[in-house]
Amino acid sequence: MKTKRKKMSILNIMIYSILILAALSCTLPFIHILALSFSSSSAVASGKVAFWPVDFTTFSYEFALKGGKFFRAMWISVQRVALGSLINLVMCILTAYPLSKSKEQFMGRDIYMLYFFITCLVGGGLVPTYLVVARLGLKDSLWALILPGALPVANMIILMNFIRGLPRELEEAAMIDGAGKFQTLVKIMLPLLKPSLATITLFHVVGHWNDWFSGMIYMNDMKKYPLYTYLQTLLVSFEELMSKTDGLDYVKIMQLMNARTGRAAQLFLGMIPVLMIYPFLQKYFTQGLTLGTAKG
Amino acid sequence: MVSRKNIKRHLKNEWAYHLMLLPGVILVFIFSYIPLYGVVIAFQDYNPALGFASPWVGLKNFMFVFSQPDFVRTIWNTFFITVFKILGNIAVPVIFALLLNEVKNVFFKRTMQTLIYIPNFISWVIMAGILMDILATDGAVNRCISLLGGGTVNFLGNAKIYPWTMIISDIWKGFGYGTIIYLAALTAIDPTLYEAASIDGATRWQRVKMITVPLLVPTIILMLVLSLGNVLNAGFDQIYNTISPIVYSSGDIIDTYVYRLGIQQAQFDVGAAVGLFKSAVSSVLVVLSYVLADKLAGYRIL
Repeated sequence: MKTKRKKMSILNIMIYSILILAALSCTLPFIHILALSFSSSSAVASGKVAFWPVDFTTFSYEFALKGGKFFRAMWISVQRVALGSLINLVMCILTAYPLSKSKEQFMGRDIYMLYFFITCLVGGGLVPTYLVVARLGLKDSLWALILPGALPVANMIILMNFIRGLPRELEEAAMIDGAGKFQTLVKIMLPLLKPSLATITLFHVVGHWNDWFSGMIYMNDMKKYPLYTYLQTLLVSFEELMSKTDGLDYVKIMQLMNARTGRAAQLFLGMIPVLMIYPFLQKYFTQGLTLGTAKG
Repeated sequence: MVSRKNIKRHLKNEWAYHLMLLPGVILVFIFSYIPLYGVVIAFQDYNPALGFASPWVGLKNFMFVFSQPDFVRTIWNTFFITVFKILGNIAVPVIFALLLNEVKNVFFKRTMQTLIYIPNFISWVIMAGILMDILATDGAVNRCISLLGGGTVNFLGNAKIYPWTMIISDIWKGFGYGTIIYLAALTAIDPTLYEAASIDGATRWQRVKMITVPLLVPTIILMLVLSLGNVLNAGFDQIYNTISPIVYSSGDIIDTYVYRLGIQQAQFDVGAAVGLFKSAVSSVLVVLSYVLADKLAGYRIL
């Protein structure tokens, strides 16, 4: 019996250490980048920085915020997230509610469902979509980042399945009392749907915030880049940005920062909003997983 | 049969539903159905002035692209990278879910879940920046390797290593998410099964092998089948942001190829042809995967 317990505890130690190693692998890279961003270029170049800043300096951050490029891109992203997620939400509600009806309650429901669902199976692909957006004159406009994905069909289906899981009595009572369909949706359904609406809105917020590709293809003018598209350009051309920023003493720049510290600072700044809502993300994404499969 | 009178009554009662659906119908028509029609340019010699009504050239664009060795290479690369990503994205989370399930300390379990789930929410743009820094020849990972006595590994600049860097970093980024899915499946297992097994004298390992794993199999099959539709999605965001021409031979995938050809070089017709090839194959796989998910795991989307 004693040997058995000893063996078990060795197994436990192994399990715990594997898990701790995995958790470290998921966090240390971020801590390392954070340490780099607050270190001087010489300390970074000589490989002294691990998980704590060496020769502490905030110069990489000052550089990031100077010239306004970072803030300009961030403001575009903020507008995009606000407007885009709102439109996503409204479109999901307006579509999911009628589709949650049975075909007896709503003639044509199955045809509409098929119409939306087909877009999950087949698509035109990158080039034709790009040409349509360009043809509509949406290039260089915020709408190019919002309208093509205005109705996220997968999330709409999640919401639809959720509505179907709600008790029908309240809705029926409202209808009997003479409430119209729009009124029922707004007054009765929306309050009941709050948790799932919060869930899908989080999906949309993160999606809009993290997206960089549509900014890259639809914006010709770099001044209109959303934050992550701007950050993407830094991956390849940080040195260029450093030499081009006006009003800075280039000698001082080279002493205090290099492309690695500067990039680290901007990547970290771009990550802050996601890390801030991470506790909610974790909670709601896990719920979302069960929402989607609720119907089973 | 539905009579005409019946239809009228339905419309009178249900006009509000049609109205609610109208904006969605219009937007999906413009941004999904018109591009879907737009794949016709794959069979045309695209002329910006004529748009989707350009002159027909039959299969010329396909013949051109399939005669490019660069393109044929991307199909193999895409396939290679995704197959290993799919396998790893199932095996690693299953292992971690089993390990976490053995942990009895609730606080430790929660903390681990929270930490391994972080990378999943960070965009590939940021991740690419971080990977390029830590995996550089003078980056943190290579410094650790040299401390342990190993030689420098060029993770992102060696064509032999690059695909594995992509596969492993993708699994690393996503395993927290998968772990939570499998853990949810594990917590649904009836605890009395374990109690009964213990009474019958089953060891811890036997309980895992005879109860936990068999009950996980349906979820594993479901996840495997549903990832079938992604066989041609090797991860554009990840690869586009970390690739360099030195590793094109093993790392260039269909999506990066379409982007370079179709958008950057503005060869819209050829780009659309590659896109059509890809979505045709993907659509068949997606439909197949839904049918299989229904048959094998009883999972229905609609």
